Amino acid sequence: MGAIPSPEYNQSKILPQKLALWVGIGSMVMMFAAFTSAYVVRRSAGNWLEFKLPDIFFLNTVVIVMSSVTLHYAYTSFKKGKEKWYKGLLIATFLLGILFVVLQYKGWQAMTDIGATFTVNPSSSFIYVISGIHAAHVLGGIAALIVAMVHAFVLPFRPTARRRQRFELVCQYWHFVDVLWIYLIGFFLTQS
Amino acid sequence: MAHAVTAADTLEEKLTQELGYDDHFHEHHHGDKFQSNFLTTYIFSTDHKIIARQFLITGIFWAFVGAAMSIVFRLQLGFPEADMAWLKPILGKWITVNDAGIGKLDPEFYYSLVTMHGTILVFFVLTAGLSGTFANLLIPLQIGARDMASPLLNAFSYWFFFLAGVVMFLSLFLSTGPFSGGWTAYPPLSALPQASDGSKAGMTMWIVGMALFIVSSLLGGINYITTILNLRTKGMNMWRMPLTIWAILVTAILGVLSFPVLLSGVLLLMFDRSMGTSFYLSEIVVGGQILDRIGGSPVLFQHLFWFLGHPEVYIIILPSMGIVSEVLSVHARKPIFGYRAMIYSILAIGFLSFIVWAHHMFMAGVNPFISNFFVVFTLIIAVPSAIKVFNWISTIYGSNFRFNAASLFAVGFVSMFISGGLTGIFLGNSAIDIQMHDTYFVVAHFHIVMGIAAFFGMFAGIYHWFPKMFSRFMNETLGKIHFWGTLIGAYAIFWPMHYTGMAGVPRRYYSIENFDSFKHFVDLNKFITVAAIVVFFLQILFIINFFYSIFSGRKLTVKNPWGSNTLEWTTPIQPGHGNWPGNIPTVQRWSYDYGKGGEEFIPQFVPLKEGEHDHGH
Ligand code: HEM
Ligand SMILES: [Cu+2]
Repeated sequence: MGAIPSPEYNQSKILPQKLALWVGIGSMVMMFAAFTSAYVVRRSAGNWLEFKLPDIFFLNTVVIVMSSVTLHYAYTSFKKGKEKWYKGLLIATFLLGILFVVLQYKGWQAMTDIGATFTVNPSSSFIYVISGIHAAHVLGGIAALIVAMVHAFVLPFRPTARRRQRFELVCQYWHFVDVLWIYLIGFFLTQS
Repeated sequence: MAHAVTAADTLEEKLTQELGYDDHFHEHHHGDKFQSNFLTTYIFSTDHKIIARQFLITGIFWAFVGAAMSIVFRLQLGFPEADMAWLKPILGKWITVNDAGIGKLDPEFYYSLVTMHGTILVFFVLTAGLSGTFANLLIPLQIGARDMASPLLNAFSYWFFFLAGVVMFLSLFLSTGPFSGGWTAYPPLSALPQASDGSKAGMTMWIVGMALFIVSSLLGGINYITTILNLRTKGMNMWRMPLTIWAILVTAILGVLSFPVLLSGVLLLMFDRSMGTSFYLSEIVVGGQILDRIGGSPVLFQHLFWFLGHPEVYIIILPSMGIVSEVLSVHARKPIFGYRAMIYSILAIGFLSFIVWAHHMFMAGVNPFISNFFVVFTLIIAVPSAIKVFNWISTIYGSNFRFNAASLFAVGFVSMFISGGLTGIFLGNSAIDIQMHDTYFVVAHFHIVMGIAAFFGMFAGIYHWFPKMFSRFMNETLGKIHFWGTLIGAYAIFWPMHYTGMAGVPRRYYSIENFDSFKHFVDLNKFITVAAIVVFFLQILFIINFFYSIFSGRKLTVKNPWGSNTLEWTTPIQPGHGNWPGNIPTVQRWSYDYGKGGEEFIPQFVPLKEGEHDHGH
């Protein structure tokens, strides 16, 4: 019964699945809030190795923002019934998502190269852990995109309400990991 | 829709047909076909009522294990000279038998027992067992829903809990023993495998178990919140909800906001343990060897832990508070006193619980200036708590109270909550806490206010809703013996601990025999242990009553045995999948119209009379 809109009496206008995802997003936010406040607390205690964040992390940011844009247009194309654009932009989003994860990996390599290894000091350990767990969330989003692509390419194109709602769930989550990354990179920049 | 046109022989059925909400359930749903054999009906079920029973029975199993552990370490504390060789068949190498044939409990294992007792009771019994049971049972039944928003995630929630339990349970059999650093798992002890035996594989399994547990409680919580906010039946607005549902809602919100923080904390701990990072470690000497791990801060873990840990204690107590409000009102045949004040208190407690965590850290080197802030907020929690207590007492006051096992346990809850809450006010003052911290005074405080009180709420709920769960009653006489024995026994165990604590006896010590200043507590300690054993056997009595009654208890013959207003009692005696065979009843009034206008009770589906005012709304 998971993703099927319930025929029951629904008290609020929002779909139960969307509300559930919002609540889930709330708990993911708390998790990252915990990580970043731990970072602040730990940093203020001194003995903190300063280093410059490799540039790849900014390239990364551009990539994930672009993926949100492509996904958004995939969604509007879906609603307008432009099948080709919808499918093409969905693939583009998927590829950008993969690229993000690859670049993230390169970014960690670049950090190791300048001596900011995983264990040298909590200042770098935190970056690995926080961006690593974020990347895990992106991988979850990529899995959702794969499901969306299966819908797009296996099922006949029909912009029904139910399929739109399912697609909206994917978008909601993907935009969340994007915004989360923007917060994280902003946080790293103001903190280091 | 054949069943919708059968003759309506009761007022309730008539109203449900006329006013009920027809969601075409039996046209759409194919749920029943998934429940065609034993395995899908009772084991891999997605029906919330079955999942509730699974949580309950798993919880009872863990309560038994956790309580048995406490008896073993209490024996050590009360009778340190006694021969424990008879435990050798169960505990194996953790009992060392000397040449004279006297068996002694291994001190390392004593710590493991204390740690596992805390972990099991706090998380597996009073969080999952309690919330899991009553959230699953009551949310759909009391708000008028067919099931949870996502029955599948709900089932996953149980199975993650089950897996977490399997991991914890297996850790008991490790050759180095289960984790032994206390349920709060403070580093550096928990972070360094070389620090103690329990910090080796035992700690790894503890972390894995807890991570699975957190996943379970997040899946559950997300589902509970969504269901309550979205799937209430027509007319069930927020201000008509039973207090059980309010309490569970706030509990779930606390859970989804605070458990992720603990997850962050244990993830960092895991990296410290296995990847060589130093989030929590700095300048440590273990066994004469200086570690090269520098830069971390152990207090950081305490912050992350208690940011969950304090809301966690309210995650434990709030469902009990909701249950007690409901049970007291039903059996007092009076509306709950101060319904809105109850709700605002729940909300206030929920909010405040996030900004008091450092009261567990007054002695951890936290800046005394910042401590003041936490002292003030901690003491403010006493205000909504006192409001609730006042309302419970006013609900009972002057009522025709029905004394039965359920309602007695609800009253017992109030008693325990008062006794334990008062000592909280002592501890909340940092100046007093400096003396009391890590003594038996704290043990007494939290066992009475959280341990016993939450158990009493749970017992009240079990006795009250047992007929809904199993279509039979539990034995009342045994229930009353269980109540009086446990009430007196629990005070006998924990009241004396206030005195030992004030005298400075530290908690978690293997033995206090060697301290001259505590010599005079030897007899008191014996007394506590004996009381604990008696209470333990009373719980066995409960377990026997529980399982006996499932199969042979007095049969439930009417739908609404307690004369209760809430919707769960409008379902058939044995509700099937989807809870109501035809329409879902709609709600016309709040759930506490007892003794109104000369009527003993007016269920929620009965429309308001002309000019009648709805209290909740
Ligand atoms: C008026 C309300 C309360 C106040 C002011 C209060 C205050 C405190 C303080 C200051 C401590 C720390 C003592 C120490 O370690 O030195 C403490 C410990 C504790 N409290 Fe409370 N408390 C209150 C109510 C509760 C409630 C309602 C619960 C649970 C339902 C609870 C559960 C606990 C637990 C579990 C601990 C000990 C944790 C540990 O160290 O293992 N308290 N309380
Ligand atoms: Cu606390």
